[in-house]
Amino acid sequence: MSEASNVSELKNVLEVALLTSQSPLSLDDMQRLFVERTERATLRMLLDELKQDWAERTLELVQVASGYRFQAREQYAAYLMRLNPERQAKYSRAVMETLAIIAYRQPVTRGDIEEIRGVTVNPNVMRQLQERDWVDVVGQREVPGRPSLYATTKHFLDDFNLRSLSELPPMDDFVQAEI
Amino acid sequence: MIGTPLNAKIKGEDYTELPKDLYIPPDALEVYLEAFEGPLDLLLYLIRKHNLDILDIPMAELTRQYMVYVEKMRAIKLELAGDYLLMSAMLIEIKSRMLLPKPAEVAEEDDPRAELVRRLMEYEAIKLVAQRLDEMPKLGDGISVAGAYYQHISHVKPPEVTLDDLTEAWRNVLKRASHFKHHKVGHAELSVREHMSIILRRLKTDRFVEFTQLFDVVNDGLPKLVVCFLAILELAREGLLRITQQEAFSPIYVQINTHE
Repeated sequence: MSEASNVSELKNVLEVALLTSQSPLSLDDMQRLFVERTERATLRMLLDELKQDWAERTLELVQVASGYRFQAREQYAAYLMRLNPERQAKYSRAVMETLAIIAYRQPVTRGDIEEIRGVTVNPNVMRQLQERDWVDVVGQREVPGRPSLYATTKHFLDDFNLRSLSELPPMDDFVQAEI
Repeated sequence: MIGTPLNAKIKGEDYTELPKDLYIPPDALEVYLEAFEGPLDLLLYLIRKHNLDILDIPMAELTRQYMVYVEKMRAIKLELAGDYLLMSAMLIEIKSRMLLPKPAEVAEEDDPRAELVRRLMEYEAIKLVAQRLDEMPKLGDGISVAGAYYQHISHVKPPEVTLDDLTEAWRNVLKRASHFKHHKVGHAELSVREHMSIILRRLKTDRFVEFTQLFDVVNDGLPKLVVCFLAILELAREGLLRITQQEAFSPIYVQINTHE
């Protein structure tokens, strides 16, 4: 007799694991929940059903870069924010523009960032992005000085509710956008 | 390494939007000056403000405007970064190259402004997506993730004890005991036997007592508590007591062992 004998029990296990997990669960994580081997296709099917089951509820099952998670539906965000009135300080334009350059042009060096923004990169800006675990060094460009190449992390995608970089908002062409 | 205020932005943190249009009263300029993210940002602002065609920038006009701002920055003693001065030089260079007579055959491709235009367009595109990223809901700022509580039970494996560990421990005990070899052990003021009787008497009346209630923690000193405990152990060893517990960590009960 298997541990989780029927499909609905498997689904319950997935549900409780997703609801209690601190971070998104990948299919690999979910396979570890069961002693017996569970096919990824089965898991995907169950996740799909789970999504349907929760369709009318306040939480929704979403997929982000590093896996699946339950999160509050958008329409409740305004209420929930009142619970934590001291909201995170906004990042400066320098930070957001640097993040945007890394996200859209990665992998890039400091020099590339300076070329696009026209100003020297403030070390503090890179530190903030790295501390937030949105950006990290993925290698060195093979030119004199071997400058570090920066890229965005999975964590960045998770935090922005994205599955991949292709889901970033499209970059508008300058001229058409403004005139 | 040069310090923080490289881009002539001093306390522009709360600044959220670039002034988009022509409606800025001239007095307000000072406010915005420190909010530019660098020379490209300033140039874009000027192009928008004066409705210049970015694909056919009137260099003389733009350079003049730019210099006015840079001079203003100087005047109000904004820390003026090299980046701004470098851009001034570049603008003037472009301007002067445009004045040079150009060979007819390469006229179209060799526009000295091309590189500047490319950079301005690229920067503006980045600026716009940066704003969009900033507005997106983020974890902790618009996105709340489920985090239902559950009690993590960690299965701690009891440490394995080998015979060697045991003999080692015993040897230590002996070693320590040898330090006190010459101590005369004083007369036992507290009798275990006496406490055994006390406990038995108590259990005759109460029959069923919780383990902790056998100890008078408030009034009895440590030696007495120890003796009391020893007495309980001794009674249990002699089969006079029954000690029971429903499950781990639940209360322990002590009663007289009735079956003969």
